[in-house]
Amino acid sequence: MNEPLLRTDTAAMLETRQVLKRYKSGSTTLEVLRGVDFRLPQGGFTAVVGQSGSGKSTLLHLMGLLDAPDGGEVLLEGRRIDNLSAVERDRLRNTAIGMVFQAYHLLPELTAVENVLTPLLIRHSIWNWFTRRRQARLEAEELLDRFGLAGRLHHRPRQLSGGEMQRVAIARALITQPRVLLADEPTGNLDEESGAGIIEALDELNRDRGLSIVLVTHDAGIARQARSIVRLTAGRVETVAPAA
Amino acid sequence: MYKLLLCWRYLRTRWIALASVISVTLGVATMIVVNAVMAGFANEMQTRIHGILSDLVFESHSLSGFQDPVWHMEEIERAAGDQIAGMTPTVAVPAMLSFQVRNQWVTRQVMFIGIDPATHAQVSDFGQYLQHPANRQQLSFDLREGGYDTIDSQSPTETPTRPALEHAGWPHRRMRVERERLWKERMEAQADQAGPTRPVDQQVEAVLAATPADEPANNNSETAPTEPATPALPPQNPFQAARPEPQGRTMDPAREQFTGIVPGIGLASFRNREGIDQFLTLPGDDVKITFPTAGTPPKAVSDTFTIVDFYESKMSEYDSNFVFVPINALQRMRGMIDPQTGIPSVNSIQIRLKPGANLNEVRDKLRQVFPADLYAIATWRDKQGPLLSAVDMEMAVLNILLFLIIAVAGFGILAIFFMIVVEKTRDIGILKALGATAAGIAGIFLGYGLFLGLVGAGAGLALGLGITWNINQIRQAVEWCTGARVFDPSIYYFFQIPTIVNPATVGWIIVGAVLIAIGSSVLPAVRAARLHAVEALRHE
Repeated sequence: MNEPLLRTDTAAMLETRQVLKRYKSGSTTLEVLRGVDFRLPQGGFTAVVGQSGSGKSTLLHLMGLLDAPDGGEVLLEGRRIDNLSAVERDRLRNTAIGMVFQAYHLLPELTAVENVLTPLLIRHSIWNWFTRRRQARLEAEELLDRFGLAGRLHHRPRQLSGGEMQRVAIARALITQPRVLLADEPTGNLDEESGAGIIEALDELNRDRGLSIVLVTHDAGIARQARSIVRLTAGRVETVAPAA
Repeated sequence: MYKLLLCWRYLRTRWIALASVISVTLGVATMIVVNAVMAGFANEMQTRIHGILSDLVFESHSLSGFQDPVWHMEEIERAAGDQIAGMTPTVAVPAMLSFQVRNQWVTRQVMFIGIDPATHAQVSDFGQYLQHPANRQQLSFDLREGGYDTIDSQSPTETPTRPALEHAGWPHRRMRVERERLWKERMEAQADQAGPTRPVDQQVEAVLAATPADEPANNNSETAPTEPATPALPPQNPFQAARPEPQGRTMDPAREQFTGIVPGIGLASFRNREGIDQFLTLPGDDVKITFPTAGTPPKAVSDTFTIVDFYESKMSEYDSNFVFVPINALQRMRGMIDPQTGIPSVNSIQIRLKPGANLNEVRDKLRQVFPADLYAIATWRDKQGPLLSAVDMEMAVLNILLFLIIAVAGFGILAIFFMIVVEKTRDIGILKALGATAAGIAGIFLGYGLFLGLVGAGAGLALGLGITWNINQIRQAVEWCTGARVFDPSIYYFFQIPTIVNPATVGWIIVGAVLIAIGSSVLPAVRAARLHAVEALRHE
């Protein structure tokens, strides 16, 4: 039943083929992913749902190159990326993949605009940075402005509300102009209204800019906002369906 | 770029890390101060040693010396004349110095050194260590009318530290002679009144009889060498008249002096708790010196001399050991002048080299010319080698010990950095998720260590130099606060703590401290770089 999504003529934006992931703790081995085939088309917006422990976050980490699979392949635009060197994978994370987390994961020492700039700071050497920091700063301010944070540029994360922090985190993910955005329960810590705002923002990005998005959530209501839904159960893809 | 930014932010928000750097600061400051003071002392000591020892010392092995210094000097000139600035012959013999303090005889073991007043100042800094300004210009073994420094000319202070020297010289001599004459008259008058001599009078009589200034002539011409305190005059002394016999020529001690000598100041004085020098005897006083004659076996002879000045090199070893006398007087008294030819002998020839001349090279040249079994030729460094190397070793050991302080500080940095890495685990995960490389993550912490090291070493540098440059004011402040003497001038001959800041040493200390700071951040940095991104992100 995975057929329509597994094989198409154009290369998928992001694809996993039979990925396996186990965690060993002592003598017991926990199989988190038992051969997951997942496919995100170009410009797609897929929600991954499942119960806690179904392996959806692990799948996202494998696709975001934060972790390496114990078997199978991860492909970005048809190119295998899970077996690249550490430096190459770092570079891909920095340029091609944007990530948003449930706990926002902003750096507490930096202001909102500095947090947004962090990926570019990581990308550029000191010299390069000084030649283009004005441009980068303008882009970051523009992004934050778009998310309604124009007045919050120089606030530290702890001075921001949850929704504001998550919007800063999305801005940070977008500053690199990634090809794909991976969001791991971005509304998990937010009240309904803020969460709806975040999802709306993601939806807008997908529709207006054609940004490919993978959204991991356990909330069926939120999942329905996506174009398609993949349900994971016990480390396997259970159903793939277009969203209602 | 993010490394710099994060380092800077961590530095500004993690003051606890600065606490670990305080020990680096203190270590660096201590090392700078201790090195400066040690170098100051060592330098002071070297100048003192060098001041009394000329560059090269050319000596005979025997106490009787070698004949004809003029010929030797010509030979030396021929061997290495182009590098020699000056030469002077000296005679040095062990001797006993006895002088009277109130009614007691004080005897000291000394090195009795005959020098040529005309040329000795050319080969060493001897002249500038004297207490009379005119003697510093040109040494004279004639007693001066007065004008001895009451303020130490080598380390000038506001208040005179040697008030006793104000009347030294002829005024002191005349006053003493007068006082002794009055005392004697009174004693004689009392003795006449009391009839039979009482024991106290006998005692006074005995003391007076033993006073050379009062009784320059004493017919006891032969003295056992073990009793130098016993009044004695060698036969060549022209003032032979005995006290009860007023006939014949008697020396008038108020107007005449014996052969002049310049003893080290440590032989005749001590410094009290207030830093004032107390003198047991002064220029103008007469002393007795017993010394061996030339020839085998040496016989002890003894003569009376008049102190004309004091010698102060600030090396207590020299200042409490050396007594200088005109070389020809010593040669004559020791019988070092050949009766037939009139050619004198000397113990050694002091050689001063021209500036920039190579000490060891000239020494080796002379060693080729003069046989080693007859002559010992050594540089001043050779002579004081053990002392100088002991000081060097002391400094090395001290530096190692002090560097351990900084090393301990390194472990403090290590511990605090591990804490910071644990605390920042999630942030490290975030940075990895955003594409930071392992090397980049490690770079944050290494850079942080570098920053802390630089801050610590910089603060230590400022503190160390501040203390070094104001060490004497600090000493005064501490003394004022506590009332205790920190730097006791009665122990040291310096009034000020000498310091020399050696830029190379300071540089090494700074580099070492920074390296230790970086080195101790390596382990936490590696640990941070190896953190697993997913696990780090899950860290709460």
